[in-house]
Amino acid sequence: MLEIDNLHARVGDTPILKGLTLTLRPGEVAAIMGPNGSGKSTLSYVLSGRPGYEVTEGTVRFDGQDLLAMEADERARAGVFLAFQYPVEVPGVSNKVFLKAAVNACRKARGQGELDAYEFLKLFEDKRKLVGMGKELASREVNSGFSGGEKKRNEILQMAMLDPKLAILDETDSGLDIDALKAVSEGVNALRDGERAMLVITHYQRLLDHIVPDTVHVLVDGRIARTGGRELALELEERGYDWLKAEAAA
Amino acid sequence: MSSSAETIQDFAGRRYQAGFITDIESDTVAPGLSEDVVRLISAKKGEPEWLLDWRLRAYRHWLTLTPPTWAHVHHPPIDYQDISYYSAPKQKQKLESLDEVDPELLRTYEKLGIPLLEQKMLAGVAVDAVFDSVSVATTFKKKLGEMGVIFSSFSEAVKEHGELLRKYLGTVVPYTDNYYATLNSAVFSDGSFVFVPKGVRCPMELSTYFRINEARTGQFERTLIVAEEGAYVSYLEGCTAPQRDENQLHAAVVELVALDDAEIKYSTVQNWYPGDEEGKGGIYNFVTKRGACRGDRSKISWTQVETGSAITWKYPSCILQGDDSVGEFYSVALSNHRQQADTGTKMIHLGKRTSSTIVSKGISAGHGVQTYRGLVRIAKSAEGARNYTQCDSLLLGDRCKADTVPYIEVQNATARLEHEATTSKISDDQLFYCMQRGLAAEDAVNLIVNGFCKRVFRELPMEFAVEAQKLLEVSLEGAVG
Repeated sequence: MLEIDNLHARVGDTPILKGLTLTLRPGEVAAIMGPNGSGKSTLSYVLSGRPGYEVTEGTVRFDGQDLLAMEADERARAGVFLAFQYPVEVPGVSNKVFLKAAVNACRKARGQGELDAYEFLKLFEDKRKLVGMGKELASREVNSGFSGGEKKRNEILQMAMLDPKLAILDETDSGLDIDALKAVSEGVNALRDGERAMLVITHYQRLLDHIVPDTVHVLVDGRIARTGGRELALELEERGYDWLKAEAAA
Repeated sequence: MSSSAETIQDFAGRRYQAGFITDIESDTVAPGLSEDVVRLISAKKGEPEWLLDWRLRAYRHWLTLTPPTWAHVHHPPIDYQDISYYSAPKQKQKLESLDEVDPELLRTYEKLGIPLLEQKMLAGVAVDAVFDSVSVATTFKKKLGEMGVIFSSFSEAVKEHGELLRKYLGTVVPYTDNYYATLNSAVFSDGSFVFVPKGVRCPMELSTYFRINEARTGQFERTLIVAEEGAYVSYLEGCTAPQRDENQLHAAVVELVALDDAEIKYSTVQNWYPGDEEGKGGIYNFVTKRGACRGDRSKISWTQVETGSAITWKYPSCILQGDDSVGEFYSVALSNHRQQADTGTKMIHLGKRTSSTIVSKGISAGHGVQTYRGLVRIAKSAEGARNYTQCDSLLLGDRCKADTVPYIEVQNATARLEHEATTSKISDDQLFYCMQRGLAAEDAVNLIVNGFCKRVFRELPMEFAVEAQKLLEVSLEGAVG
């Protein structure tokens, strides 16, 4: 469902991705690991269409469509979801209002009817419970004054509401204590349904104790340096990234 | 990176949607201003001698004044001899029902999406529709009359409640007050008069739709609202105007008087023609609005949503005379294209333990220029006075401008004042975040802007809040493509 072929991208004059190739099947949960500066976050922004990230070469096909030709909002409506490493605050806008607008924009684009207030609230309650969020977060302003853990859980709630085909989790574990990490992971696992594909971007293997991936890719200097199963993550935990960096440089 | 800045510039490029001209024969006086014109206006309206005298005193005083130059607004000099000072739709008879109203006029309201009477009745709103300068329809009068509430056009009030009107007219904004208020006092055409007697809580929102329609006819509305001891009234003012090629001057005066324990809530949604993308042809809105909290524990609350006009010069103010009286000012002002807004408030604390709240939200887009100008004065007599001020500016794109000019004068050491001010831009991060959730750029901007204004919208009566939100969206349409 996602085919990335020889992807090159840069930010300003700095090339970051240098020929990245990767495929993802429906339902597959793939971890993208790698040292700092290897291009993990860049990959998530390029896939989600953030302005300022310029693709210089290569293709990305999503569900048979040319993903790179689409605007950020079109990609989102087509089913690409990014759980942000640093979720953004939208002051004065409640979580509910924000999500209702987003859900209905996506539903409309997918040929489903828009939800009325009642249907929306029902869906919201279902998903809120599914990802283990407190009731009070609904009426709070989007990410305003949220703790780090609350922000990350709020991302997972949004993911549950928007029901994407592809979810990209960008360093979802960063800044979380162990309890929050567990809670967030449980939310993510609840959304694994054999259909939804996930790209789990992380620097540390500890997240993968909770969200167990089908595949592990290691990104070094803008390319996939190695692909393996769950055991690859454990190997990295033990040996670090340097040996792969050395291999890639050779 | 420039892409979001560009899209915001595009977004600011939508055309005014309420631009059209209604064809109704008008009874218009030839352009020019002189003592004779003042006498003619007064005679046409069949006014008593005292009011003519008042107008003439104002006119003579006006001749000694020069226009103020301290505001951050720029426009070519106004030729006051090129303005017609009186215009009335040609309808002589009094109207009994909606059916008798000129259908052309009703269609005008329809185009604006203003459900004039029937809908408003259902919604519980009495409407005194000011079309150009003469009221053409007034409803709910009877029901209000039973409670002793007077809600009528100014001209009518002159005839039917002359003494009452005379007692309060010019006591909050004297005819010598300032250039535009003085002009208004000389030539005011019509407006509204509201009187809520002692102990009466006005059962419905009183609403007036103003509409400027006659080319080169300055609008000089005059509104006076009096709430006696323990009375309450909520008043809504909303306006739109047809597209025009030359500037139209609007210099209104609004006076509010609240006696002991009385409360007046005055809400405005203003959407006059802002001019085209080059700023040509918009309304000049030079308005003097002031409320006097004369009684102890009285309260006056101004809420305004200002999206229209080429130039806005407006400072709804409160004189907090009574002990424990309360003044509030909640404002959203938007300047898009070449619009200029210099707006804010004055809170004059005279009584003991008086308190005031100022929440101002300015939005600039395109080449819009926006200035918040506010004065908080704590007089010697104002023991234990308090003020809270919050001024936030939001910039869309990088060609607009926002300034905050707060004046604070404190003569009593027991006063407590808080002032917060922020200036922010809609960030690329916010825009991308919303778009990543599936919102089109335009919807994302609307959502962010609405969030920014929420604190003020909350103060508007429910249905008005919805209108205000729509208006803001329409005013920003096209700013992100």
